Order: sequence, then structure tokens, then C-alpha cells
Amino acid sequence: MRLPQWLRPFREARGLPRWILISGIAIVAFFVILAVFAPLLAPYGFDQISTDGVRFPKQASPDSTHLMGTTVQSTDVLSRVIWGSRTAIEVVVLAVVFSLVIGVPLGLISGYVGGKLDRTLVLITDALFAFPYLLLAIVIAFLLSDTALGQGVVTAAVAITVVYIPQYFRVVRNHVISVREESYVEAARALGAPRWTIIRRYVFYNVIQNVPALATLNAADAILTLAALGFLGYGIQPTDAAEWGYDLQRAIDDAGAGIWWTGLFPGLAIVLLVTGFTLVGEGLNDVINPLIRTQRIERPELPELDLAPAGGGGAIAEMAGESEPHGEVRRE
Amino acid sequence: MSGHGTSLRGYILTRLALAIPTVLILLTLVFLLMRVAPGDPITSALGGRVPAEELERRKEAAGLDKPLPEQYVEYLGDAFTLDLGTTINDDREVTSIIVENGSATLELTIAAFIVALAVGIPIGLLAGRYRDTSIDVGGRMFGIVVYAAPVFFTAFLAQLLFSNVLGWLPSSGRASPVVEFELNKVTHFYLLDTLFSGSWSDFWDVVKHLILPAVTLGLLVSGVLIRLVRVNLLQTMRGDYVEAARARGISERRVVVNHAFRNALVPVITVAGLQLAILLGGAVLTEQSFNWPGIGAELVRYLNERDYIAVQGIITIFALAVVVVSVLIDLINAFVDPRVRY
Amino acid sequence: MGRSAVSEPILTVRDLRVWYGTEGDPVRAVDGVTFEIKAGETLGLVGESGCGKSSLGRGMLGLLPEHTAVDGEVRYRDRNLVGIPQKEMREMRGPELGLIFQEPMTRLDPLVTIEHHFLETLRAHEPGLDEDEMRRRSLESLAGMGIPPTRFKQYPHEFSGGMRQRIMIALALVLEPKLVVADEPTTALDVIVEAQILGILADLRRNFDTALLLITHNLGIVAEACDRLAVMYAGRIVEEGEARQVFSEPAHPYTRELLRSIISLRTEGLHYIPGAPPNLIDPPPGCRFHPRCPNAMRVCAERFPIQTAVGAEQRTECWLHGPADQIPEGGTEPLEREELALAEEA
Repeated sequence: MRLPQWLRPFREARGLPRWILISGIAIVAFFVILAVFAPLLAPYGFDQISTDGVRFPKQASPDSTHLMGTTVQSTDVLSRVIWGSRTAIEVVVLAVVFSLVIGVPLGLISGYVGGKLDRTLVLITDALFAFPYLLLAIVIAFLLSDTALGQGVVTAAVAITVVYIPQYFRVVRNHVISVREESYVEAARALGAPRWTIIRRYVFYNVIQNVPALATLNAADAILTLAALGFLGYGIQPTDAAEWGYDLQRAIDDAGAGIWWTGLFPGLAIVLLVTGFTLVGEGLNDVINPLIRTQRIERPELPELDLAPAGGGGAIAEMAGESEPHGEVRRE
Repeated sequence: MSGHGTSLRGYILTRLALAIPTVLILLTLVFLLMRVAPGDPITSALGGRVPAEELERRKEAAGLDKPLPEQYVEYLGDAFTLDLGTTINDDREVTSIIVENGSATLELTIAAFIVALAVGIPIGLLAGRYRDTSIDVGGRMFGIVVYAAPVFFTAFLAQLLFSNVLGWLPSSGRASPVVEFELNKVTHFYLLDTLFSGSWSDFWDVVKHLILPAVTLGLLVSGVLIRLVRVNLLQTMRGDYVEAARARGISERRVVVNHAFRNALVPVITVAGLQLAILLGGAVLTEQSFNWPGIGAELVRYLNERDYIAVQGIITIFALAVVVVSVLIDLINAFVDPRVRY
Repeated sequence: MGRSAVSEPILTVRDLRVWYGTEGDPVRAVDGVTFEIKAGETLGLVGESGCGKSSLGRGMLGLLPEHTAVDGEVRYRDRNLVGIPQKEMREMRGPELGLIFQEPMTRLDPLVTIEHHFLETLRAHEPGLDEDEMRRRSLESLAGMGIPPTRFKQYPHEFSGGMRQRIMIALALVLEPKLVVADEPTTALDVIVEAQILGILADLRRNFDTALLLITHNLGIVAEACDRLAVMYAGRIVEEGEARQVFSEPAHPYTRELLRSIISLRTEGLHYIPGAPPNLIDPPPGCRFHPRCPNAMRVCAERFPIQTAVGAEQRTECWLHGPADQIPEGGTEPLEREELALAEEA
């Protein structure tokens, strides 16, 4: 079975980049499973504080009924971690999809068409870049919370999206510009191919290679931003869903009393998931970019030169009657 | 193609001139951002709590009854003269907020930046130098994990370990209450002020309060630096001038340290400066985690109170600060790299 | 500096091989090369791009990357440079052996001055030297290349390509090495600057008694600057001899073809050598040039040629020049056209 063209670099990847990629994918997959099967996996609901009429203990340390302990609000930490995965994955998917769908075409068109449109967009996005992205996200989340969207998954996703669109735009646009000047595109133009065909067939496929790596980094940042918003109180409302950042906000107070489980587990979840996405991104970069790709190239074994004594000295004589200059080259 | 000594001066002037359009764009964006929400800020903040005529009076005082373009011009003018108004709720001059709380944030940010450089650069250089060895892998993983950990989680762990379990360091505030109360705040940079006051114990108190927040925030940025320095070093080690230096019999150590390392760090200056954006964002979170009375904490407070004027003022300052830093970075770059001046 | 006894070889290369590791089979860039250079002599090494000449230069000075294997003998003054410890090699680079690279634009560290480059080099090899003396020697070397002392403290980007190459040469010569390898020193420069550099290199011979290995793909340069000439093809030296001799009576068909390809004002039709450059991973059997050779015989496709002398100071690796007793029956028959075409495609 022949692999499609774009999958081939993955097949050829060896060694370290392959491991990086595989571990990253494994981690992300783990959380996706948690997210999808949360109702089945989580022992309790995300805001459940009692069972069978018996209220859960407050800030209880981990034991057999609550594997990761309980919070000051009597919720089960383990359940909130699992439900939190669902929230995280939901927001990430929304945010990345939004950003991609807006940022990539914008970059493609702006890069290829150029001119005033391009210059304006570049000016705006450069200015946006300078701005601390967390602040921007906070302000947007804050502003949107007053509107119909309210404070929920969509608002958080939109806040993250707005901040990330310039990234996609810039990467795609710059790549389009360099590809645009390549000889094969020029040749296609000379042959009279319509603009849209050129964009679609040559420019798009080339440029699209960069996007997956950027998307995974986007996902990583999205999780961090979501958690930050939750930590500050601008994220998901606690009554709507579980969110790791919010849990950490509550946990900061616990640290003073030596209660470690309310903060450690949600925090580790964040670190793990973000690391997973980052590893996928790094792995993709190493695999797709052939310039950075470093195989472990072995030093070759030179076959022996058999030096037969003869007049004329040295290597000259032994070549008599051979089709190869140095005896047989051993080939495995 | 001979050199002109005055070009450094020329570069400085050009760079400063270029900053102006950037500032204008940023300010415009801030202006638009603040007016996205329907209604006006004053009503949102105080509506229902204050009689209608008072609302009208305040709106007029804040200039919010004028047409949008006029507001825009007024806003720009105010920004340039740094007259950012008075907050809605507690009647503070926005500029005083910036001076008092801004210095707290600045102190934290600078300390964090130093930590980031001190941790990130050596690890990045080592990882690049000993590529594909366990040092490299370890360094890279450290960088990834450190970036993946949200600031407030690192803060949580730090407080748990150093404040609670070990009891070595405080976890809140810039100084102990007594010290803070008695300190003569000349510059509002407590490190400097305590030095001026001559009291070593006060100085040490301030330092102890600074350590955890600075290290927490600094580690976050160090992750980014590690990756950057490493990649740059890999590139410079393959450079032509490196090979040429080897061909002249220069020792490997000199070649790597004097030529490869130095060239690798040049672009780092630029990017490190751009990390300021991350630092400022992180500062907000760090300040919340450690009760650090910085401008980020104030921003959060005013956001909660729906105090648009304060929020607008603070964000404006952030935007201006970013531009100033960016210009500074370019100037440092021109100083270090002789090619840039021409 | 008097001229040393001309008959003494300062460098003897014997059966040198440089193979590059790849993901598949290795690339045999240099596949058994033997030659000598006498003190004060200039040897030109000519060949197409990709024939292994740069690998030869770098291989001799131990500047190849990790994944290359070097084998054979490179005897410089009774020491075999192949396999000597890095430390000893480093000590020789500068005072004994010099290397001039191809692209001067990127060969100097952009962050430091020319003065720094020189002082660093001198300090590495003569640390006891007083700094003023170091400066004096550096300025002297630069003056010899036509660079005025007023520019000593300038940065590399303030110089043009030609000037940078001259600085590189001055750097290579400041410790007065006995052998200099110049790897395509003028390829990246325009014709006028090229002439200047060549003049400088020619002076080396006259004034400094330095032996020079000049690696290039440009035959014109060789005619100007070299005493002797070696022609390289597919990792082997196919012809070698006194420069004037080789130019007037080239023995190997490849040399002949190269000479025919030189364009002059009298050229009426462009001559080119048909076929593609050889595959260094899997070279053709027998003589490696046979797929493109207009005079190819049957034996050329079967057996590797034996080096024979042609005239007093010329040697070549070609069955056209014998030895006749090593050629089997019918081997001198011309290679069939189809076979040639097939071989060309291979």
C-alpha cells in the first residue's frame, strides 16, 4: 500500500524525532480519550458534592474513595481533572479551528495578492504581535462577557482565536511570498495558468506543510491561555464546566495550609497536555523540515586495498586485470 | 563601502522615528477595543448606583458624550501627554497607579528577565554544543516542561515547597508589613529604596520577597530562550567562519566560545526583548499568585469593577512600554552587531 | 628566503581515499589518489564540479565532517597527516599548512575586527610573541596583499569580496606556511579581481617559496599560475604532468575534451562533453570515463586502466596509452555505439 505523499516524511523519520512525535501523540490521545469518555471514566460529576445524600469531606487528602482528594468546596479532584480534560479539548478544538479557518486563507490571499491589502494587514498584525497576548485575551474575554456570548467555552475560544490569527497569518503569508517567487510558480504563470489554480496547486500544498506544527503550538498556548483566564476568573463559569485554571485559583490559598492535592493534580494535567502538544509540534518540525532533519549518518567502512608487490610501485600495479580499482567492494 | 562613524547616531534617529507609526497603530487598536462593547463605560460601571444627572456629569467630564472621532483625537492627545484621566470608582489618578504599581511590576519583570537569561542562555548553549546527547535532550525537555507549566502552577508548587514545607521564603507581598509601612518610598523600587535607607535587614527582607515571584516568572521565559539559543548555536557552529577559524589552527574551545557562541547570541537579544510581551502577560498572573501589588493586579481589579477608564489607561501604558522596549532592543542590537548600523 | 632544493617533495599523497557516509551507500569522493608536490612548486588540480577536488583539499587538512572516512597517506615532511591526533594537526595549521577557501564573504567572523582575526591566529601559534610584534607582522602580511594599515581595525562587512579574499590570503600566510591549499579561491569573484588574486598567488611561488595546491575547475587559471597540472575525474587523477606539456599534448581524452571546451574569441560552435557527470556512489565499471569517451574501446568498459608514463613528465590512466600487454584479445576494438549509448544512460 503506497502512502500518500504527505505522510512519507513520517515513515522516513528515525530516532529521536520519531520518539518525540510518538510520545506527544500518545499524551494528546490520552487526554482526548479522557475528554470523550469523561462521563464513563469520572467517578463523580464535576460539581458533585455529595453522594446518596452524604456530603463529601472538605479538603480531604487522597484516599480510596477520592483518589485525588477533595477541594474546599467538597468536590472530587479526580473527577474535576477528568471533566477538565473535556473542557480543555473542546476549547482547543474550537480555537484552533477558528484561527486556522480565518488566519490561513487570509495569509494565503494577502501573500499572493500583495499590494495595499497586504501592507495594511501586515501593519495591523505586527502591532498586534507586540501586544502581550494574555492581556489581549483577557480584555477580549472581558468585553465579550458582557455580550450575548457570555462567559463560556465559545468566549474563551474566541479570545484565544483573535490572539492567534496574526500568527497563522504571518507564517502563511511569509511562506507564500517566498514560494511565489520560486521558478516553478513563475513557470506556471508564464504558461498562463489562472491565479486560483496556481494558488491551489503549487502555493497551497507547499505552505500547508508549516501549518500543522503551528497548529499544535497554537493548541498548547490555547490551553495555557484558557487556564490563565480561568485562574483570573474570566474563563468558564464554575457552574458550566470544570476547568483546571479555576481549580488552581482555589488551590493557591490551600498552599499556605499545606494542602497539596487540590493544586498539584490539575496543574500536572495542564503541564502534561501542553507538553504533549509541544512535543507533537517539535516532532513535526523535525520530521517535516528536511534541513533540520539529522539522521545519524555512519562513517563508512573503507574496504582493504590489497597491495601486490610489482614494478611501478604502490597502488598502480594491483589494478591490473580488475574492473574495480581496489579489489572487491563488499556490499551487504 | 567604507564605514561612517556617525551611522550609529543616524540609526538611532531613524529607529526612533519609526516608532511613531507603531505607537499610533497600537493606540488606535486600544481605542477601538475599549469601545467595542455597547453602551458607554461610565454607565456600565456605575449605572444603577448613581443618579442619572451624576452619570451625565461624569460622562461629560470624561469626554464620552462627544462624537467618536473627537474622542479619538482627544485620546491620542492625552496619551502623548500621559494624562490618562481618573478612575471611575475610586477617583485615583491613573498616572499615580502607574507610578506606584508600575514600579512593582517593573522590578519584578527585570528580576525575572535576569533569571531567564541566567538560566536559559547557559542551558541553550550547552544543549546546542553537545547536540543529540543526554545534555541536549535534558535541556530541551526542561525548556518544554518549564514553558508548559502555567506560572500560577509553578507559583503554587514554589509556595508549597519554600513557604509551607521549608519555611524559607515568604509567599506574598513585596515586603513584610512593617518594613513596607516604614519604608521611605523615593523611587518606589523597593530594592533601591531599602538601599538608600541604609537598613540591611530591610533590604534582605525585600530580596526574600522578590525571589519566589522572580524565579517563577523567569523560568517561564527561560524555556523559550533555551530553544532559541540552541537553534542559533546549531546554525553558527556550521558557519563558514567557524570552519575557517579551525583551518587556522585555533583551538576548538576558542572557536566554539568566541565565535560560535557570540554569533549565536546576537539574534537572541532581539527575541529576548520581544519576550517582554510574554513577561508582561505572565506578570499579571504572577502578581495574582503572590499578592504582588503590581500593575497587572490592578488591571484585574479594575476589570472586575468595570472601570473602563482605568483599564484603558493601563493598557495604553502597556502598549507604550512595549514600543519603548522594542526600540531599546534595536538600539542595543546596533551597538553589539556592527553590521546593523550601516 | 632562498629557494630550497627543488627536487625535494614537500608533500606526498598516496592512495588517498575520502568516502562520505550517506543514508545509503557511501559517496566515493576521492577514490585512490596519488601525487606529489615539491617545495616551492604550484600544482593545479582541475576537474568538473562534484569530482571530489574540494574533498581532497579538506581531507588533506583534516577538516572533514564526522561522517567521512579518510584513508591513505598524506605525507608532509615525514609525517602522515591521515589519522594524526587533532592537537598535532591544529598546531600545523597556520605555521606549516595554510588553507584558502572559496567564498570569502562568509569566512570572517562579522562581529570582530580584522585586527582581532590576526591577533587570534598569531596568539594561537606563537603565544610568546609581544603584541606589537604581532601587529607588525599582520600589517606586513596585509600590505603584501595591498590592504592599507588604516583599515586594520575595520569590520569584515566593510570590505568587498575581493578584498576579503585578500585578507583571507594574508591570514593564511601570516605564519609563513610551507604548503598552501587554495580551494577555488577565485570562483566567487569577478574576472578583474580574479586576475589580481592570481597575480598574488603567482608571487607566492616567486617570493615566499611556498608550495601551492591550486584547486579549480577553470583551466585558464591553471595555465597562468601552475607549474604542474593534475586532472581529476570521478575521484581519480586521470592525467598528471608538467602544465605546459599537458596543455600542448594532452594524453587523456577527458583532458582533451576539457581543453576543447574552453571558449575563446575564435570559438565557432560550443563544444561540450556529452553525458552526465559520473555517479560517485556507484561508478561505472572499468574506466570511469568510458561512457562519455569518444575513443572508448572494449577493454575500457571491462578493466580499470593502469597508470602509464607518457613522455618525460606526464602520466595518465588510460588504455589508449597501454600497457598493451595487459589488454586482452579484441579489447582494442572500439566500444559499440549501442553500448556507448546504453552506458551513457546508465
